[in-house]
Amino acid sequence: MAVSEGRRRRYSLLTRRDKLVLALMVGIPVFFDLALIWGPTIVSILLSFTNWKGIGGISASNIVGLKNYESLFTVYPFFWSALRNNLLWLVFFLVIATPLGMFLAVLLDREIRGSRLYQTAFYLPVVLSLAVVGFIWELQYAPEQGFINNVLGRTGQGSLIDWLGDPSLNIWAVLVAASWRHVGYIMVLYLAGLKSVDPVLREAAAIDGANARQTFFRVVFPVMQPINIVIVVVTMIESLRAFDIAYIINRGKNGLELLSTLITNNSISEANLVGFGSAIAVVLLVISLGPIVIYLTRMLREEAT
Amino acid sequence: MTAATLARARRRVRPGRILLHGFLIVTAAIWLFPLLWAIYTSFRPYSDTLRNGYVSLPSTLNIDNFANAWNQAELPHFYLNTLIVAVPAVILTLFLASMVAFAVARFSFRFNLALLMLFTAGNLLPPQVLIVPLYRLYLLLPIPAPLSDNGYLYDQYLGIIVIHVAFQTGFAVFVLSNYMRTLSKELTEAALVDGAPVWAIYRRVILPLCKPALAALATLQFTWIYNDFFWALLLMKSGDKRPITSALNNLQGQFFTNNNLLAAGALLVAVPTIIVYFALQRQFIRGLTLGSTKG
Repeated sequence: MAVSEGRRRRYSLLTRRDKLVLALMVGIPVFFDLALIWGPTIVSILLSFTNWKGIGGISASNIVGLKNYESLFTVYPFFWSALRNNLLWLVFFLVIATPLGMFLAVLLDREIRGSRLYQTAFYLPVVLSLAVVGFIWELQYAPEQGFINNVLGRTGQGSLIDWLGDPSLNIWAVLVAASWRHVGYIMVLYLAGLKSVDPVLREAAAIDGANARQTFFRVVFPVMQPINIVIVVVTMIESLRAFDIAYIINRGKNGLELLSTLITNNSISEANLVGFGSAIAVVLLVISLGPIVIYLTRMLREEAT
Repeated sequence: MTAATLARARRRVRPGRILLHGFLIVTAAIWLFPLLWAIYTSFRPYSDTLRNGYVSLPSTLNIDNFANAWNQAELPHFYLNTLIVAVPAVILTLFLASMVAFAVARFSFRFNLALLMLFTAGNLLPPQVLIVPLYRLYLLLPIPAPLSDNGYLYDQYLGIIVIHVAFQTGFAVFVLSNYMRTLSKELTEAALVDGAPVWAIYRRVILPLCKPALAALATLQFTWIYNDFFWALLLMKSGDKRPITSALNNLQGQFFTNNNLLAAGALLVAVPTIIVYFALQRQFIRGLTLGSTKG
């Protein structure tokens, strides 16, 4: 009751001019967001039902219904390998990279000497662009000149391991390079979450005789629930967005197909199949809605409390 | 728990500590290795690695690769391209986002939450979902002369700036509205009672108080925009207008790649973000954590 009265009072203090100013302050950014983000997203969905090739206008004769999706799922050979690679990326991040980042954060959360130094070592790759990360790892993976093959003694013509060229190997090589960056990102996010946990909780657990592992899994982890959700959402979004590294290495082909590279290759850089590429974009959109909805639900729930 | 048992408990964890440090040192060394390897390679002349192999002790170390990469890839030119995009993009993002955040955090509208969700969800979308129509929009939308030299957004600095602004505003709105909510409600109320216009409250009362959050966001946004490869690759046609992250392609020969030169080039591209990170470490981390934890 008191709240709503306060609210009404604040409203009445606003002049007409104030209300106009506020409307503009919100309206201009909203316009940009709708025009450049949400508008194109919706147009993507619409275009996916057409066979438009980007030349001339679109008429009713361009509408082909679900045909793009049909050929995507049945005859287009790269779709399933791209989907598999995206899911592999997601699983690899969720099962290996993210838990490793969380684990490092838990270790560094204690008072240990040199914590800052360790943090910097793990975090440094995060400030590099994925393009740079790609080049740095090429120095490790190059077949004849790369560090890994030289150390393994596999630089001879017969024994060469082509880490980035072999279509059954390269996705794993790229996942390692991408994780190099992702682990540090998760570590920093999680470390910040851990620092915000009320120390009283840990003290209470220690007094009850809980060891470090019990304290983490029974006390800290449950109260970290909001951060855990952020971490999962960030991980999923990052895996769906993956593009740069694969593009730098071989334009996302020959084993490195991703939904993201298929979209740009089909509709912009190599062909003008606008409708077909949009259908792939819609598949990517539908998958991305998963983490987005998780995140928005969390926002709603927090707002309610 | 008495002091004696506490002391004993502390002594008991000693071997654990050694194990902990051992694990961290090994992991940190593995983590730094690819970067250190790139640095090592970049200081070795190509002839040296050709003769002795890459995994070998150096006979000479010099900075020739850096000088060559700097000139051959025309790095100063591409650094400038990145600045032309990144500086206005960061400023505009913070300006637009702080206005929305101010309205959402300081006044109770019916659509507050919906607005916040619109921006946040937009920021979470993979850019590839909207790139195809965006590319078409950039080719179709007429833009008058002083803003564009070819009449469109495609292949223009302006085009890259506005998409960065639109995309990054979402994250910044989220962070800033959380931050502004932690400021006392009375600030706005007292000013309103005194008859101050809304714009003055935003400009003179709230923005100055948000300086720490703005600094943190600026650091983070600059790094993200600096590191962008995707938007410029697809929305910028002219190679010589592309940002620094694309410049490395100029060092990749068609038939032969000099890895030492490439290592030096990659490091030169990375240096500004590494400097920003070390100089503004606190802002950097705070920016990230403001986004993930509330308040």
